[in-house]
Amino acid sequence: MIKMTSEMFLQHLANGISLGSLYALIAIGYTMVYGILRLINFAHGDIFMMATYFAFFGVFFGLPWYVSFPITIILTIILGMTVELAAYRSLRDAPKISIMISAIGASFLIENLAIVIFGGRPKAFPTEELFTKVVHIGNVSVQRLTFIIPVVTAILLIILLYLINKTKTGMAMRAVSKDHETARLMGVNIDRTISITFGIGSALAAIGGVMWGLKFPQIQPLMGVMPGLKCFIAAVIGGIGNTTGAVIGGFFLGVSEIMLVALLPGLTGYRDAFAFIILIMVLLFKPTGIMGEKISEKV
Amino acid sequence: MEMLKTDGITMQFGGLTAVKDFNLVLNKGEIVALIGPNGAGKTTAFNMITGVYIPTKGKIYYKGKDITQMAPHNITKLGIARTFQNIRLFKDLSVLDNVLIANHLHIKSNLFEALLRLSKYKNEDKKMLKKSLDLLEIVGLLDVKNEKSSSLPYGMQRRLEIARAGGRNPEVLLREEAAGGMEPKETEDLREFIKQIRDDFDLTIFMIEHHMQVVMGISERIYVFDYGITIAHGNPNEIQNNQRVIEAYLGVDDNA
Amino acid sequence: MKKRDYYLTVISLILLVIFLYFADRYMDAYIVRILNLCAIYTVLGLSMNLINGFTGLFSLGHAGFMAIGAYTTAILTLSVNAKAQNFFLEPIAAPLANVVLPFFPSLLLAGILAALAGFLIGAPALRLKGDYLAIATLGFAEIIRVIFTNTQNITNGALGLKGIPAYTNLWWSYGIAAFTVLFMVLLINSSYGRAFKAIREDEIAAESMGINLFKHKVMSFTIGAFFAGIGGGLLGNLLGTIDPAMFKFTLTFNILLIIVLGGMGSISGTVISAFVVTISQEALRFLDQPMDLGFIVIPGVAGMRMVVFSILLMLVVLFYRHGLMGTNEFSWDRLINILSFKKPLLKGGKK
Repeated sequence: MIKMTSEMFLQHLANGISLGSLYALIAIGYTMVYGILRLINFAHGDIFMMATYFAFFGVFFGLPWYVSFPITIILTIILGMTVELAAYRSLRDAPKISIMISAIGASFLIENLAIVIFGGRPKAFPTEELFTKVVHIGNVSVQRLTFIIPVVTAILLIILLYLINKTKTGMAMRAVSKDHETARLMGVNIDRTISITFGIGSALAAIGGVMWGLKFPQIQPLMGVMPGLKCFIAAVIGGIGNTTGAVIGGFFLGVSEIMLVALLPGLTGYRDAFAFIILIMVLLFKPTGIMGEKISEKV
Repeated sequence: MEMLKTDGITMQFGGLTAVKDFNLVLNKGEIVALIGPNGAGKTTAFNMITGVYIPTKGKIYYKGKDITQMAPHNITKLGIARTFQNIRLFKDLSVLDNVLIANHLHIKSNLFEALLRLSKYKNEDKKMLKKSLDLLEIVGLLDVKNEKSSSLPYGMQRRLEIARAGGRNPEVLLREEAAGGMEPKETEDLREFIKQIRDDFDLTIFMIEHHMQVVMGISERIYVFDYGITIAHGNPNEIQNNQRVIEAYLGVDDNA
Repeated sequence: MKKRDYYLTVISLILLVIFLYFADRYMDAYIVRILNLCAIYTVLGLSMNLINGFTGLFSLGHAGFMAIGAYTTAILTLSVNAKAQNFFLEPIAAPLANVVLPFFPSLLLAGILAALAGFLIGAPALRLKGDYLAIATLGFAEIIRVIFTNTQNITNGALGLKGIPAYTNLWWSYGIAAFTVLFMVLLINSSYGRAFKAIREDEIAAESMGINLFKHKVMSFTIGAFFAGIGGGLLGNLLGTIDPAMFKFTLTFNILLIIVLGGMGSISGTVISAFVVTISQEALRFLDQPMDLGFIVIPGVAGMRMVVFSILLMLVVLFYRHGLMGTNEFSWDRLINILSFKKPLLKGGKK
């Protein structure tokens, strides 16, 4: 354990919260889709990756960021909904293993298409002075971005929670995640509700992706793999199927990951394994996660 | 001899009490029925006895032995077999395989002996095959033994379920019947069939049954559930004339 | 088995042996390498099919077991000198520096260590249901990979190992493949094999049949891991170099592709598919290279090959869910019928 000044600690903490926010945004997508389809959307991390490329090309073709980023969100939503339509919709009643394989296949397809279309070499994400300008608070120096990310995340979360709990669409989503048949009998349009769920998840992933690109400006086709897995783990930690849980899980993972590397630099190489170790601990001791939603099977 | 006894078993799922304080006694050779409206907790009671659920309260005894906390496969090994309302057959496997699998729990050869096809295993395998074929013959499914079980019509699937139960060499059979309609001849056949397997296999039968002609025709005793509570217990006559039962379930009835 | 089938099978095996003899002596090294890969992927496919296809467990951790197997044989078969050369950054841990074993014991150890890992991982992980099992096994495989990347003095970390003796030849790979096929056939047709299938079909019903779910799941998992380890070992001594990056999830995906294409409940399906996929992956390599058509040169696009395979996997899982063979096995009857264009007899029909 290395000694650390309080400034450094705060710096790391700020980074952790930033990273945690990004993880949270992506984790929400996983948890919502799992809640509604009992499916691990392996392609979600790759959708996040595509968002960063969409933003990159927007700016590359001369669009100012405030035009490129919204377009990115729209394109990503379309992508997410297309994946649902092509890869998952027809397999909804098939054995679970088929839809899982389809998810893995979709993920690989998107990754390899990205390699083919964009090339495997990393590209530099556009940097925006507005966001990357460094701010000094006492002895701590952070980018403006480090504050912007959690704030944006918090705002999105409030909107999302309102949507889920106070609107008809949200109610439909909650109904479908409890029971497809009953929801259908109540007049809920299952297909539309599922599409919307994917759309929302993709939109959040897109915003997360853009902010991620601003913070870690190197993008490459396989950049979604690790974050994707980690964010699913975050969702499990928080209680899979539970939106608030995904956020808690995301923050928990982001902060602990940064703090682990900061306090025990010798373990840096194990940074990625850390998330998996936590996953296995959770699965063994409290598989329903922090928010603990029980999903049981009727005999 | 008391085969099965439950002592005040209760099943609570969060705020919902599915079964409250069920006291069952099952004596050797009896045919006892459990009846009640849908959702009354009958399947839950079965699940507790077979180990799928662990009761929130109370104890279960099999021939005097406490089996409350036992895992399902061990309870089966002790001698309690159970059929499912929705006939959980191994769909993709053949009729014969379905029954053969029911014999697996009795196998004494370990994996290596099985792999090397040592004579110990081969003998067991031959015995399992013979027993399975005999069972299929008894239920009349011998000529479809190689068909995929999911391709059988419903009536035959039900019979396969029974054959599977038989494969486990049970002493007690918990039989869960679906509520579908049956014609008078089918009802009579079923009555005979249940009595026959009770006699041939020396079974004790506890059944969830919805067809009153079957229940009243062959049960020696009947338990009646309503909202998880045992509202009546007695022989067919007593039950048929029990006011509470009539109100809750049987209705003013011209069919029994 | 019918007399005719028995003779047909024996003749086929003899033909295979003759073919291998000639291939080994006369064929181009490149083709021999592909043939070896086919056999190795047969072993790997069968090992995964046992767990995922026959027992219905969704395990995504295969690359981890392969890594354990590959590194075990590599470390054990590398000569003392080669070890010293490899471990220039940090010397290999003392007891391992001088251990050199022949191929067969190394392979056996590879399988045993992988099986041990399978047992240790399976014990906690197999209590989980479906999706959770998938992610947990994926997690374990990643943890193994990360550990191998960081244990500089045992695995040489990210540098990997080079100069692994090329012990894998056609006799080893096909011999082991044949053994694996035989093993699987004996296993699946035994009472234990039926228990595995029962678990796949309906866990709750299987349990009420008296089958100890956990015990049988661990059994299947451990055996699968054993053969995965051996496959990994064969692979290492074929390729000559290994490094942790080889054992990423992509490797598991490739094997998953094989068993899905072949039919997840079929031994012969996996065998056929292993050959088809391995050969196609080589054949389609041209997609990644520039194509010279004489009048124009189409630039190669790296990754196109994998795009094609991803699309293939999607198509199969969406439209031909049961793969090539479904849950059926090869039979001489069927082959003869296909070859003589006979229509299958309808029930009670006349010839």
